Amino acid sequence: MTAGPTEAPRWVGLVLLPVVNLVAAFALAGLVALALNESPIQLMHVLFFGAFGTLESVGFTLYYTTSFIFAGLAVAVAFHCGLFNIGGEGQAYIGGLGVGLVCLAFDTLPFIVVLPLALLAAMGFGAAWAYVPGWLQAKRGSHVVITTIMFNFIAAALMTYLLVDVLIKPGQSSPETREFAQGVWLPLAHDWLTAIGIPMPRSPLNLSFVFALAAAALVWVFIWHTRWGYELRAVGLNEEAAVYAGISPSRQIIVAMAISGGLAGLVGINEILGVHHRLLLGFPAGYGFIGIAVALMGRNHPVGVCLAALLFGALFQGGSEISFEMRNLNREMVVVIEGLVILFCGALENLFRPRLEALFRRRRAAAAA
Amino acid sequence: MTGNDRPDSRRGAPPEPAALELIGIEKWFGPVHANSGVSLRVARGSIHGVIGENGAGKSTLMSIVYGYHRPDAGEVRIAGRAVAIGRPADAIAAGIGMVHQHFMLVDTFTVLENIVLGAEGGALLRGGLAQARAELSRLAREYQLDVDPDALVGELPVGLQQRVEILKALYRGAQILILDEPTAVLTPQEADHLFRILRLWRDQGRTVILITHKLREVMAITDRVTVMRRGEVVDTVDTASTSREQLAEMMVGRRVILRVQKAPAKPGKDVLRVEHLDVVDGRGVRRVKDASFAVRAGEIVGIAGVSGNGQSELLAAIAGLLQPSAGRIVYHDRDLADASDGEPARRARRMKLAHVPEDRHRMGMVVSFSAYDSAILGYQDDAELNRGVILSRGAAIDRCARLMDAYDVRPGRPLLKSANFSGGNQQKIVLGRELDRDPDLLLVGQPTRGVDIGAIEFIHRRLIEMRDRGKAILLVSVELDEILALADRILVMFDGAIVGEIDAAAADERELGLMMAGAREAA
Repeated sequence: MTAGPTEAPRWVGLVLLPVVNLVAAFALAGLVALALNESPIQLMHVLFFGAFGTLESVGFTLYYTTSFIFAGLAVAVAFHCGLFNIGGEGQAYIGGLGVGLVCLAFDTLPFIVVLPLALLAAMGFGAAWAYVPGWLQAKRGSHVVITTIMFNFIAAALMTYLLVDVLIKPGQSSPETREFAQGVWLPLAHDWLTAIGIPMPRSPLNLSFVFALAAAALVWVFIWHTRWGYELRAVGLNEEAAVYAGISPSRQIIVAMAISGGLAGLVGINEILGVHHRLLLGFPAGYGFIGIAVALMGRNHPVGVCLAALLFGALFQGGSEISFEMRNLNREMVVVIEGLVILFCGALENLFRPRLEALFRRRRAAAAA
Repeated sequence: MTGNDRPDSRRGAPPEPAALELIGIEKWFGPVHANSGVSLRVARGSIHGVIGENGAGKSTLMSIVYGYHRPDAGEVRIAGRAVAIGRPADAIAAGIGMVHQHFMLVDTFTVLENIVLGAEGGALLRGGLAQARAELSRLAREYQLDVDPDALVGELPVGLQQRVEILKALYRGAQILILDEPTAVLTPQEADHLFRILRLWRDQGRTVILITHKLREVMAITDRVTVMRRGEVVDTVDTASTSREQLAEMMVGRRVILRVQKAPAKPGKDVLRVEHLDVVDGRGVRRVKDASFAVRAGEIVGIAGVSGNGQSELLAAIAGLLQPSAGRIVYHDRDLADASDGEPARRARRMKLAHVPEDRHRMGMVVSFSAYDSAILGYQDDAELNRGVILSRGAAIDRCARLMDAYDVRPGRPLLKSANFSGGNQQKIVLGRELDRDPDLLLVGQPTRGVDIGAIEFIHRRLIEMRDRGKAILLVSVELDEILALADRILVMFDGAIVGEIDAAAADERELGLMMAGAREAA
């Protein structure tokens, strides 16, 4: 079949459209800055320089990116099964609990033993926390959006209780556990890179970043190249056809939620084993929720999720510089920009599409004539 | 009679101006040229048929007339004046009414509420409803379209739901009525009634456009007929001067055999025995009532009945998709209703029981999957397709390409999205997938619903071939023609029960129609 004049090239939708949407979001953010008597140019400069200006800032950006990749993949996997997992925050929190418990119990053992245990615990605890809403959805029809939100609150309450009353380091007032033995800490990027002769300043970037990229690759294989992924997608796209094909939707729902929770739980590896080295209150810091935006922007594809996670990581890091550099703006400006990015890339995704496609259609038609 | 001078459209040159005229309509959907330079004149006071294979562009054309799509080029003229129809409201204002193949009704509203929907007339419902009630009873009298205005639409039989759709169009003052495959859900008697109404309508000087694939209906009721193929108009002819064979040839572009050739069946032993089967649906309604029958190797058993009389549930229960509440389904001497080992649908497939479901969009395939993914649905466990944990994309594509080749699927591109194939080609993918494993029993529901003539011929031939190889086929179809053409034995279902069994050779359409309507039990 030959391409008709209404077909725009694929890259217009895949690359150009997101870029145009981003530009629109930043342009509007610039107007907000202007209204506050600040220069939009300076705002963009501070943001960009804050995120990528030095190797140190790059390290911070990638550290945030790591957590966002895990959280975004979690949302994406559930989404392929037609589920909206809002509970990434709670699952990350409980995943971190698993990491903490393993480290508190075994941090005298060698790193090579503790690391797999911690990874399993992060995924296992996160998966268990998502399994319950999954089971309720599959067997009882309780909507997973509602139950996962509830489970976020339960996770927060549980962690507060544990950290205040049970796991707290004796003789201190702040609700934290003791620090884990240094031997089990995840290697930091600057340690490695300096060791092989690349000067890298200190930043929280650690081995988890590699795990995140590996997780993205595994999710890609799982979703598109295994029969489990096939069955999961079938349920997500057409449950009746799945039943016809002998697939049990309730089983797929439970499995998808467990995998989703396991991925969210890995946020705990980055935060607890990589950076804080102890359990503390509120360490997921909203990353689980940002994962939703990341997955939406990344169109639930692992590559898209990684790119979107990088964008949000950069906004997070660059945004923290704004309040230092610009008198009339504070950190909340970043929330405004994030909101605009989500608005343009998520809710208004197709705002510019018809016009952009028409533009390229005309060019193509002209070229064909 | 309101029509004062009935135009003599049935005898050659239509008078000026035409009720509806389309000039040079062009429409592209992505790479698909759905309408290419389509020009069409529909004379006032005539019944005009538009026929063509699936994907020939007739539905697109009518969607343009009704304002669902804007044409890329071309002009729509109504009563001689060019009109811009951007949305359905414009079409309604221009006096066009449409009865869709899939009804656009709100099930939980009453007939009256459905009829005023979109034309409520003011913020408060009361006045509009009272006016509508009066108007409705006038229309019902005038056109013999009796419906209880206070009945819930969801509780009406499909035939009456269609009547509500027609009343909706009439209530909005339609002068031109477009009907899309209107008889698909009707018994022969109901279809006759519909045709009487349409004729009455025409005789009052209004205009009917009938989109259909049933050549018999075109011959029976239309004055003129436009044949479309691949987005273009092949020709517009007077119905009186053409024949079914000629129309079929124009539609397909080659000669087609309308009647399948088949030798007498040589049935062997029972492959499937259904004994006292009861199926109760999720809402507690008893859908299948005490059904008992057998299907033997080497025969096609057809289940006739108006849509919604339990055939779908019967088929679903045998396929393992619905748990029967009582009775036995014995296949190869094993009771399928006993769900003790594993997912019943998966087990049935392993036991060489294949199922082509009634609704390929809802069940037979995942339309947003690529064709190769849809082509392995239900067989994703096959050793041939898996390399360890990896489901081999290459192997799936190879299988799909092979099926597309064997079943003449066009375009033969496994990577194309399933939704982008025409209905007939989607059906061939599903049929190919299910027949590929050489099943002993094939359950097949509506094998040619929404499928074009060329493909119908192909599919029917495949089913006969399978029967002649000694396989058993249970066929459910609401198309009586199809049952008569394929089946060796015919069971008639009405209200969940099997009300009769007829030898296909001795079957007569009127008799079957009466049984389908529950009016007569077979001797």
